[in-house]
Amino acid sequence: MISVKNISKSFSGEKVLHNISVEFEPGKTNLIIGKSGSGKTVLLKSIIGLHEVDEGSIIYKDIDLVTMPQKQRSVLRKEMGMLFQGSALFDSLTVEENIRFPLDMFTSMSDKEKLDRVNFCLNRVNLNKVNHLFPAELSGGMQKRVAIARAIVLNPKYLFCDEPNSGLDPKTALVIDKLICDITEEYHITTIVNTHDMNSVMEIGEKVIFIHQGHKCWEGSNDEILKSDHKELNDFIFASSFAKKMKSSIDQASS
Amino acid sequence: MKMLSELGRYFILMQRVFSRPEKWKMYYRQIIREIDSLGINSIGIVIIISIFMGAVVTLQTRYNLENPLIPLYLIGLTARDTMLLEFSSTIVGLILAGKVGSNIASEIGHMRITEQIDALEVMGINSACYLILPKVIAAVIFNPLLTLLSMFVGVFGGWLASVTTGALSSADYIYGIQYWFVPFYVSYSLIKTVVFAIIITTVPAYYGYHVKGGALEVGHSSTKGVVASSVLILLFNVILTQLLLA
Ligand SMILES: Nc1ncnc2c1ncn2[C@@H]1O[C@H](COP(=O)(O)OP(=O)(O)O)[C@@H](O)[C@H]1O
Ligand SMILES: [Mg+2]
Repeated sequence: MISVKNISKSFSGEKVLHNISVEFEPGKTNLIIGKSGSGKTVLLKSIIGLHEVDEGSIIYKDIDLVTMPQKQRSVLRKEMGMLFQGSALFDSLTVEENIRFPLDMFTSMSDKEKLDRVNFCLNRVNLNKVNHLFPAELSGGMQKRVAIARAIVLNPKYLFCDEPNSGLDPKTALVIDKLICDITEEYHITTIVNTHDMNSVMEIGEKVIFIHQGHKCWEGSNDEILKSDHKELNDFIFASSFAKKMKSSIDQASS
Repeated sequence: MKMLSELGRYFILMQRVFSRPEKWKMYYRQIIREIDSLGINSIGIVIIISIFMGAVVTLQTRYNLENPLIPLYLIGLTARDTMLLEFSSTIVGLILAGKVGSNIASEIGHMRITEQIDALEVMGINSACYLILPKVIAAVIFNPLLTLLSMFVGVFGGWLASVTTGALSSADYIYGIQYWFVPFYVSYSLIKTVVFAIIITTVPAYYGYHVKGGALEVGHSSTKGVVASSVLILLFNVILTQLLLA
């Protein structure tokens, strides 16, 4: 459970996030949606503490990240996994070394135990025989999977994903979305996913927060989105003419 | 004003760099890697430039010494002291600032823009310390060895030039390089090298660590890092010389 209360964030005088409050529940895949440049990444990075917020609080269980001393943050971070937009794999390390990295850093497992854990995670994201390849030798979709494997290797309580399917074809994107969802339920993780991909919203959006120009404008589920008459949300969701037609036929059917 | 705030940011970063590592074993592994990539990889270029510089200093001194009253072995002494005092620390420092500095700034800058640094931070790792400290330690350990190597090779280059061109005899040169030897010159040079090693690693790392934007900005940061560290080396050369030799 993560509760975000009234956070604001500005960069050199320019306000990017305006007074945002939201709750994220465990075992659920929470989506943050919005146009490019609306502040999704800044919001996600603020929740993790990679950006310091100007005001507000971010409560994990019952401790506030904003006022937490650096030491305690480092401890909390060990319970977080993050999937970055560009995967952010360490390109000087092999796939196996990338996934093993958090284990090397924070556990006293034996080499055998580490290797077993690495292979378990690789298996979980449906990858095999890639242990000794470098990130540059993998396709975009495979890089994302390795990044997911690295993010879950320490059994995180919180999983953050910044546009997990940017740069992927629609089919691979769905597979990645599904993977994130399954892992979230399986390990009862509190997951937050940034996306501007409508397919993801419809597939996995059990809880959706819509951000517009740094304001939280709407909150609900994917079913409710279709029925919503919120102007900015509709402009965003039904941006293409094809989607507009779909919307009007849904409206007709329901009236 | 801008310089002051940059200086402030530099020292804030250094405070994070020089803190206690999470796990020494991982840092030890990084230090070995950095010694290989920053140190061992620079041996070739140090040998080449030192040989040529030793040779050219010897030849130039010979052509400038018209006066028959001055003994020729002083050429050997001049070549030796040039290498010991200035060349093997300062000039090698400048060359490494170009080679190692641009490498460090672009590596760290690339990690910044591809969010690899954020990835370290999310894991709860002090990224400044993990990425920069091993480089500083590697350079502080290994650069003095490069300086010593450069001294030997440079003096050898002078000898090679003497005997192959007949500028002076091997015996004169060898007598010259042993004549009035001041051991402190070596310590002086090594002290400078250690200070330069810290500059060469931390200054480009600072520019790389604070990159914003894309590949173009990474390129800019690497240029800035090399220029700033070169200027700082020259500045500290003057300061240290005044402190140590005056
Ligand atoms: N580190 C930063 N410094 C200054 N401005 C930033 C920074 N990061 C993001 N911004 C600005 O904040 C706004 C929101 O960006 P972002 O959260 O990346 O959008 P998106 O929703 O596409 O992820 C943009 O206008 C961007 O220019
Ligand atoms: Mg973004």
